[in-house]
Amino acid sequence: MQPRILEIRQAVLDKNDRLARELRHRFEHAGVLVVNLVSSPGAGKTALLEETLRRLRARTWRAAAIVGDLATENDARRLARSGAPVRQIETGGLCHLEADLVARQLEGWNLADFDFLFIENVGNLVCPSDYDLGEAARAVLLSVTEGEDKPLKYPPMFHSADIVLLTKLDLAAAVEFDHDAALANVQAIAPHATIFETSARTGAGIDAWIDDLVRRHASQVARPGGGADAGA
Amino acid sequence: MDCRQAAKRARVHVRTCAILAWMHELSIAYNLVEIVDAAARNAGAARVNVVHLRLGAMAGVVEDALQFSFPIAATGTLAEGAALVIEPVAVQVYCDRCAAPQTLAPPFVFRCPVCGQPVVRLLQGRELQIEAIEIEESAAEKEADVHATAHP
Repeated sequence: MQPRILEIRQAVLDKNDRLARELRHRFEHAGVLVVNLVSSPGAGKTALLEETLRRLRARTWRAAAIVGDLATENDARRLARSGAPVRQIETGGLCHLEADLVARQLEGWNLADFDFLFIENVGNLVCPSDYDLGEAARAVLLSVTEGEDKPLKYPPMFHSADIVLLTKLDLAAAVEFDHDAALANVQAIAPHATIFETSARTGAGIDAWIDDLVRRHASQVARPGGGADAGA
Repeated sequence: MDCRQAAKRARVHVRTCAILAWMHELSIAYNLVEIVDAAARNAGAARVNVVHLRLGAMAGVVEDALQFSFPIAATGTLAEGAALVIEPVAVQVYCDRCAAPQTLAPPFVFRCPVCGQPVVRLLQGRELQIEAIEIEESAAEKEADVHATAHP
């Protein structure tokens, strides 16, 4: 039998990309700024988010969160203490969130009721980098306890960051964190990213990151037509 | 597709699948096979012999893990038994100062390798794209072709 060559020219994650574009469009129309939080396990996503939600709400912003967790509901419970609406995606072994998992969690929510929506991804510096969730900004966390060379070890993830947050700065001295080396490594892989140095425990740097989110929200809302597909 | 479905389809134990799910290459492989299987079906193919894939060095996909996952994902589809041919794509950036594209080597420090200027514009290197598939047409299709040729 004569074999035949069939041209495909299609991205493997095309389905996810298309759904993410639809989500981005919905988010922008509703005026909600969506942030995808990624990091390795234990870098402090939940602690950062808890403090961020609390402070945003204190400034009378309407914020909500979707949290991906492999097996437990612990993170969702912690985040709910801030008073913000929180939904949990139990990934059941999946190492990253996908756009359709996020879309399913949105059912029953009126997105126009929110100014900010945070998606806490599964703790993993590899898999989530390929999956667009329709976010306006991707924030990658790097805790001081992880070592300064993490960005060099995971370039796809760090390069995809719009924002990089150094976390657990209160522990920097104890672990002899080389601050300059860490910043240089982040800038080497993600020269375009905005960097914040934070500690959820002491509150250091959290307001600066929130100010940046508020600015991003304002510029997204100001864009004509909600700025559909920008950054896609 | 979740782990349980995947395990059933690939006829492996759920626990094996749970381990595999940690590699997102398996999930990538399922996406890949879904597209290939649908395209082959639409073309009336009996089976897929080869899948040609372009894979960027910064796609975040480990080639060996994808090669390992592909046959598992392909089980029970038209792509079962197909070869996965991967064409690597180097990371290329555009340096404004040199006004030229430059190729980066791992660990992909985003600085021009010639002049040292930080670079932001990525030209290529994140590809994860199915270029083409080689298919065998089914006997029925073939017969229809012969028929069409015999009686134009």
